[in-house]
Amino acid sequence: MAEEKKLFKVTIDNITIDVAPGTSILNAARQIGGEVTPPAMCYYSKLQGSGGKCRTCLVEVAAGSTADPRPMPKLVASCRTNVMDGMVVKNITSERVLDARAGVVELLLINHPLDCPICDQAGECHLQDLSYEHGREGTRYEFTRRTFEKEDIGPYIQLHMTRCILCYRCTYVADQLTDTRVHGILDRGDHAEISTYISKAIANDFSGNMIDVCPVGALTDRTFRFKNRVWFTKPVDAHRDCPTCCGKVTIWNRGDEVLRVTARKDQWGEVQSYDGKPGWICNTCRFDKKNLSDWVIEGPMEVNRHSVISANHYVGAVKPQETITEVMGRPPKLLMDIHKISDVNKPEVDLSAIPGPPTSETYEGNPRAIGHNPTDEKANEQGIGTTK
Amino acid sequence: MGRKLLLDKAHVENIRSYDVYRREGGYRSVEKALKTLSPEQVTEEVKKSGLRGRGGAGFPTGMKWSFLAKPEGVPRYLVVNADESEPGTFKDRYLMEFIPHLLIEGMIVSSFALGSHRSYIYIRGEYSWIVDILEQAIIEAKNNGWLGKNIQGSGFDCEIYVQRGAGAYICGEETALLESLEGKRGNPRIKPPFPAVKGLWDCPTVVNNVETIAAVVPIINEGGDEYAKIGTGKSTGTKLISACGNIKKQGVFEIDMTISVEEFIYSDEYCGGIANGKKLKACIPGGSSVPILPANLLLKTAKGETRMMTYESLADGGFQTGSMMGSGGFIVLDEMQCVVRHTYTLARFYRHESCGQCSPCREGTGWMEKILLNIEKGKGKMTDIDLLWDIQRKIEGNTICPLGDAAAWPVAAAIRHFRDEFEWHVLNPEESQRRNYGLANYAQPLQVVA
Ligand SMILES: Cc1cc2nc3c(=O)[nH]c(=O)nc-3n(C[C@H](O)[C@H](O)[C@H](O)COP(=O)(O)O)c2cc1C
Ligand code: SF4
Ligand code: SF4
Ligand code: FES
Repeated sequence: MAEEKKLFKVTIDNITIDVAPGTSILNAARQIGGEVTPPAMCYYSKLQGSGGKCRTCLVEVAAGSTADPRPMPKLVASCRTNVMDGMVVKNITSERVLDARAGVVELLLINHPLDCPICDQAGECHLQDLSYEHGREGTRYEFTRRTFEKEDIGPYIQLHMTRCILCYRCTYVADQLTDTRVHGILDRGDHAEISTYISKAIANDFSGNMIDVCPVGALTDRTFRFKNRVWFTKPVDAHRDCPTCCGKVTIWNRGDEVLRVTARKDQWGEVQSYDGKPGWICNTCRFDKKNLSDWVIEGPMEVNRHSVISANHYVGAVKPQETITEVMGRPPKLLMDIHKISDVNKPEVDLSAIPGPPTSETYEGNPRAIGHNPTDEKANEQGIGTTK
Repeated sequence: MGRKLLLDKAHVENIRSYDVYRREGGYRSVEKALKTLSPEQVTEEVKKSGLRGRGGAGFPTGMKWSFLAKPEGVPRYLVVNADESEPGTFKDRYLMEFIPHLLIEGMIVSSFALGSHRSYIYIRGEYSWIVDILEQAIIEAKNNGWLGKNIQGSGFDCEIYVQRGAGAYICGEETALLESLEGKRGNPRIKPPFPAVKGLWDCPTVVNNVETIAAVVPIINEGGDEYAKIGTGKSTGTKLISACGNIKKQGVFEIDMTISVEEFIYSDEYCGGIANGKKLKACIPGGSSVPILPANLLLKTAKGETRMMTYESLADGGFQTGSMMGSGGFIVLDEMQCVVRHTYTLARFYRHESCGQCSPCREGTGWMEKILLNIEKGKGKMTDIDLLWDIQRKIEGNTICPLGDAAAWPVAAAIRHFRDEFEWHVLNPEESQRRNYGLANYAQPLQVVA
């Protein structure tokens, strides 16, 4: 008779949970869910050896274990630190963690081009989410940012090294999913870059998964390049009988056009697992099957994480559990109160009463002429959109 | 005259050759260890000696050895860290260049204690000529039955290999070193697991500095207890200090850790005082990574005690008013030196040497370098100084390996002790361009800010 496995009790931000020995703090926190889960930019549960690099998941260990309740002196990377029985972890309840994390976010952004408006990843970019949730409003960086030439590595993938945060996930994909790795990290420090030797093409049945694991827009799908913003597309889950991979995908459509195909993602932005096996998809499914008739549609993609994609037309989206009030004893704080900063959004201001820029009718050479907007006027007449 | 245990024979003519080395009493410790002691007893002697790692962290060597996991049927390795790339540190080079057999001898004894049948020397790539010296010594040792199978009839087998690095400071960090030794990119590993459990090729491994391993020879020859009598407190034995900067006599000195910093700088036996009749301004006592100290805090601790050349005394006062023994790279700055420029130079080094794995170190080192260059060029702002402080705080302790800390500490200490020099650069942008040194008043002892 196998003995029942003893579970470890771990307390994260005052919420206690039992987990199997060998679970990392991050995965324990994911079992709780919500805000107590540290953000993870480099760890990827399906890629062995990943994590420990980006340092966004740092947490404070207030008590190491029941046996040795001393606190750990340094903040630890929760993705690579395993829980002990009786461990007490502080994430959002620790000022030190929040401060260090804001620092990491600021540092991750100093060399980032912030070219979201022209980046295909915008809307599903983990760095956007991270900086929105954990970052500062501005930067203190005043120098030129490092830049690299963009590079087509093979027919399907484009590399924008400038956007890369060197999480190493794509190298693990190449190591663990494809026969040979032909790309890697050259040079070191802030001049390190992902590259292939002499722009060798990355062409391997499963190489496309690098695009899915890349948390930013450094590796993007060339077949989707500039086709659309992700939040204008309709993602639906679909499948086909594929001899190479699981064939379970999300197709991103506009009308009847299949703009791109990706693996399905779970609530942590990782590729979904089926029966414990990660649902990586092959390049044929991803790049070559761009007709609706190639796929059996299952239904709308389930959006169970916050994202601009879910700001789109979704009914019945599953929202992550709210734990912040429970943990902090107060409702969440707004990063900034827009009403304090901008006149435009003050609730008591009548938006339609603010003069707009001159129109072709009112301009007559005077850039300061007040414009009028027929729609506004119409709305005014009907009493819509005003706070009278 | 302090005692010399490592370098006492280093200048005997032809000591590099096996015959002379043997005639001068070389390889006695191997005879003693292999014939009369068990591996555990060797480890016990090293524990008793109180020897602390000479590579920088000062971790007790005997304790490190006893942590080595010993699972059945899995090889164990000893790796000697000869990467020595810390600016200001050049003691290992001296030892290996002048008396290479001492390292080989120490490695055989240590390998015996640890049960390592294949031991490695990982040497920095730029020391190319020393590789030849070491390989020559290994061949001679082998020809005379000190290496290979069944050493001196004891039944113990051991081989030593030399591996050259490719010019990266980070490969001195022990786990990066192991990665590099395995033929991979020299990225530090995430710990745990520690090398004592999973090191080279996932086998239990001990990584020690060159000087640490060399010190095992006198420990076995004289006994751990005898060795522990030299020095003060927990700083036992002798330590090699590589002194450089504005002193009369730069070079490698062996000290027995009983002398004061003042004596070390000013006595003719060691540095011989500040060169060109200038005054002492500041000093980095343990290699570029440790905090810089202004003259007054260097010679006396904040409590007013004489600062000694020992692990404890150099660290007295923590990082507020103390520093560290580190790797023994003793860098002296006279009154003509500019702390801002100096800090910039160090920041440039760390930026160049960061492996780029973790975000705080990769991005933070580059940012600090740019800000420091601005201040140094007279383009800085007052807020830049606070910003620098904040950036170093965001790096320190938040990274995978201690290089992040090593990049943060020099900046933090420079601002802590020489903030007015930074401010002077900001306020006098033009004057700071005309002269390459900062405020000369540091030659006079400063008020200690608690
Ligand atoms: C960035 C970095 C560089 C290092 N470089 C060296 C080095 O060049 N030589 C060395 O002996 N130790 C170096 N160390 C320390 C080693 O990691 C390790 O602590 C040391 O080799 C242990 O030997 P010891 O116990 O004999 O001191 C370095 C550490 C860091 C973090
Ligand atoms: S390209 Fe993307 S996945 Fe690869 S290291 Fe950079 S950010 Fe990570
Ligand atoms: S601290 Fe710096 S050198 Fe060390 S692992 Fe991180 S990036 Fe690399
Ligand atoms: S997710 Fe843990 S360090 Fe990146």
